[in-house]
Amino acid sequence: MKIDAQGIYYRDLNLKIREAVAAGATRIELDNVNGQYFIGDGINKPVTITINGVPGNDLAAFMNGATIIVKENAQDNIGNTMNAGKVIVHGHAGDVLGYGMRGGRLHIKKDVGYRVGIHMKSYQENKPVLVAGGMAGDFFGEYMAGGVLVLLGMFSDEPAKAKHGYLFGTGMHGGVIYVRGGVDESRLAKEVGVFELDEDDRSDLDGYVREYCRDFDLDAKEVLKERFVKVLPRSKRPYGNMYCPMPR
Amino acid sequence: MKPQPTHIFQKDTSNCGLTGFVSKKGKRVEGAVIIKSISLMHDRGNGLGGGFGAYGIYPDYSDFYAFHLMYENAMAQQLTEEYLEANFHIEQQEDIPTRRTRAIANPPVFKRYFVAPLETDEYREAVEYQGMTDEDLIVRHVMAVNHEIDGAFVVSSGKNMGAFKGVGFPEDIAEFFRLEEYSGHIWTAHNRFPTNTPGWWGGAHPFTLLDWSIVHNGEISSYGINKRYLEMYGYLCTMLTDTEVVAYMLDLLIRKHGLSPELACTALAPPFWSLIDQLPDNERELCTAIRQVYGSALLNGPFAILFASNKGLIGLNDRVKLRPLVCAEHEDFVYMASEESAIREICPNPSRIWAPRGGEPVIAMVEGNA
Repeated sequence: MKIDAQGIYYRDLNLKIREAVAAGATRIELDNVNGQYFIGDGINKPVTITINGVPGNDLAAFMNGATIIVKENAQDNIGNTMNAGKVIVHGHAGDVLGYGMRGGRLHIKKDVGYRVGIHMKSYQENKPVLVAGGMAGDFFGEYMAGGVLVLLGMFSDEPAKAKHGYLFGTGMHGGVIYVRGGVDESRLAKEVGVFELDEDDRSDLDGYVREYCRDFDLDAKEVLKERFVKVLPRSKRPYGNMYCPMPR
Repeated sequence: MKPQPTHIFQKDTSNCGLTGFVSKKGKRVEGAVIIKSISLMHDRGNGLGGGFGAYGIYPDYSDFYAFHLMYENAMAQQLTEEYLEANFHIEQQEDIPTRRTRAIANPPVFKRYFVAPLETDEYREAVEYQGMTDEDLIVRHVMAVNHEIDGAFVVSSGKNMGAFKGVGFPEDIAEFFRLEEYSGHIWTAHNRFPTNTPGWWGGAHPFTLLDWSIVHNGEISSYGINKRYLEMYGYLCTMLTDTEVVAYMLDLLIRKHGLSPELACTALAPPFWSLIDQLPDNERELCTAIRQVYGSALLNGPFAILFASNKGLIGLNDRVKLRPLVCAEHEDFVYMASEESAIREICPNPSRIWAPRGGEPVIAMVEGNA
C-alpha cells in the first residue's frame, strides 16, 4: 500500500504506518517523506517500508524485524538499539548510526557521519552488521562492544574526503571493523590495533559484502578484490584502570 | 490503593534547530522561504524561543544603523529615546509592525530607529582622541542601553539588517513580526529549546552586535572564561545566556583584531594539540599562536552555529561535532541547517549536499566580499 506523507506530521504518519502494519500490510511505500521522525520505530513485524524522500532522525529505532529501504539520503540516529531487521539507505546518512544496535543490518550506500556504530553490541547469535560504502567521520566504532562494522570508502559524493576520520575506534572493546584498502594509522585511537584477516574473517566478510551488493545492485567481486584490514580492540576493558588500578 | 506511576509525561525530544541561507549574488528572497525551512524542524524547539536574522531588508535606509529596540516598560522607552536623541541623528523611527496573534502572549513593545551618530563633544573626543570608529561607538551605545536602562534591550544594531525574536515557536514569531513582508539576501532562523538559561524575549536567538548575528544549537561551557575575556574589551553580557559571547567574540576577533573569518573560526574551534603536533611547520606555528593568544576565545562544549553579516554566512561546528550541521549548494545559494530535510523543504534538489567536519568552517560570502 502507498501513503502520501506530503506535509503530514510525524506522529500522524507513524500512526498510519502502525495501523497498516497491524492490519497485516507486508509492503508499504511512503511518498514525499521529508524530515518525519521515528519512522519504523519499534515495528516488530516483517514488513518492508520503502521511503521516497529524506526521512527524519531516529529512523528504525528499536526496530525488530522490519525492512526499511530509503531511496534518498537519510539523517542522524538510524537504528538506535535496533534488534533485528534491515535498513538500506541509497544515499548518505548522518551521525550516530547504529547506536547500541544489537542485531540486524544497516546498509548505507554512501558517506556516513560521526560516531557511527557507537556502542554496538552482540550476544550469541545476535550480531549487528553495519556496512558503509563511502567515507566515515570521526569516532568510527566508538565504544564498540560487539558486532561488525565494514567501511568500503568507495561510493561518495565527496571523493576528495579522507576515507575515515580521527579517533577511529575510541574506547572500542569488542566486535570487529573491516576496512577496504587499509586504514590511516595516524588516525586510530590508542585502544585499537590493525590485523590481517584470517580464513573465518574472509568468509564472514564475503557474506556481508555479497548481501550489501545485492541490495544496491553492485558487483561484489569488484568490492572484494581489494585487500581489507581488520581493526580490533587491544583490550576488553580499556578504561579498567582509569580511576584506580583494578585487581587482575 | 493501586501503585501510582511517579511521573506521566511524553518525552520532549527537542534540541534546538537552526537554518539559514545566503544568495551569493545578493538576490533578495521573501521571508516565507526561511519560515518554511525552520517550521519543518518545529519539534526541535519547545515554544520558548524563536527568531530570525534578515539581511538586505532595509535598502532605503542602508546608510543608517537600524536599531531594533525591545521595551519591557514605558520608562525604558522614554529613557532610551532620550539617550538616542542625545547621541544620534534619527532619520526615521517607527513601531516594528506586528500582528496580534493567539500564540504570542504579553509581547514587549518593539520599535526601530534608523540612526547616524551625532557629532557631539563626546563623539569628537572619542574619534579624535581615543581613536574610536563609528562602529566602536555603536558598540559602546548598545552596551550602555542594554546595561544601564532597565527593561530596554537592543535586539539588533547593524546597517540594512534586523533581528526578530521572542518567546514562541519560530513560525509564531514570524507571524507576529509579519516576516513574510520582508525580503533579504541572507536569512537565518532559530528554534529554541532552552536548557540552562531562561526562555525570555531577549534570550531568543539570534544574538547580534552591529551587523553580526548568531544562531546557536548547543551550549557554551566556556561561557565564564569567554565573558571575562570580553569584559576586558568593554563588552558586557546582559542577555542571560551563553550564545551572546559568540556575537561579541566575532566582533572582537574579526572587526577589531582584523582576523579573517577562517582564523576567527580557528580561534573559536582550534584543532586539538595532538593534531596540531602532526601539522606541517607553518600550519603548526599558526595554530599554536592562535591557541596561545586566543585561549580565552576558545568555545568549549557542543555547538553548531551560523553567523552572518552583510558580507556572508558562515557555519561552524565544535571540534568533535556534537551537534548536527548539514550544508548544501544550489546555483548561487548556500544553505546550512540542523537537518537535511529543512534544506530539502526549500531546495528539493541541491547540486551538492554535505556534512562539514567538526571545527571546519563553511564560509559563503556574498560576491565582492571574498
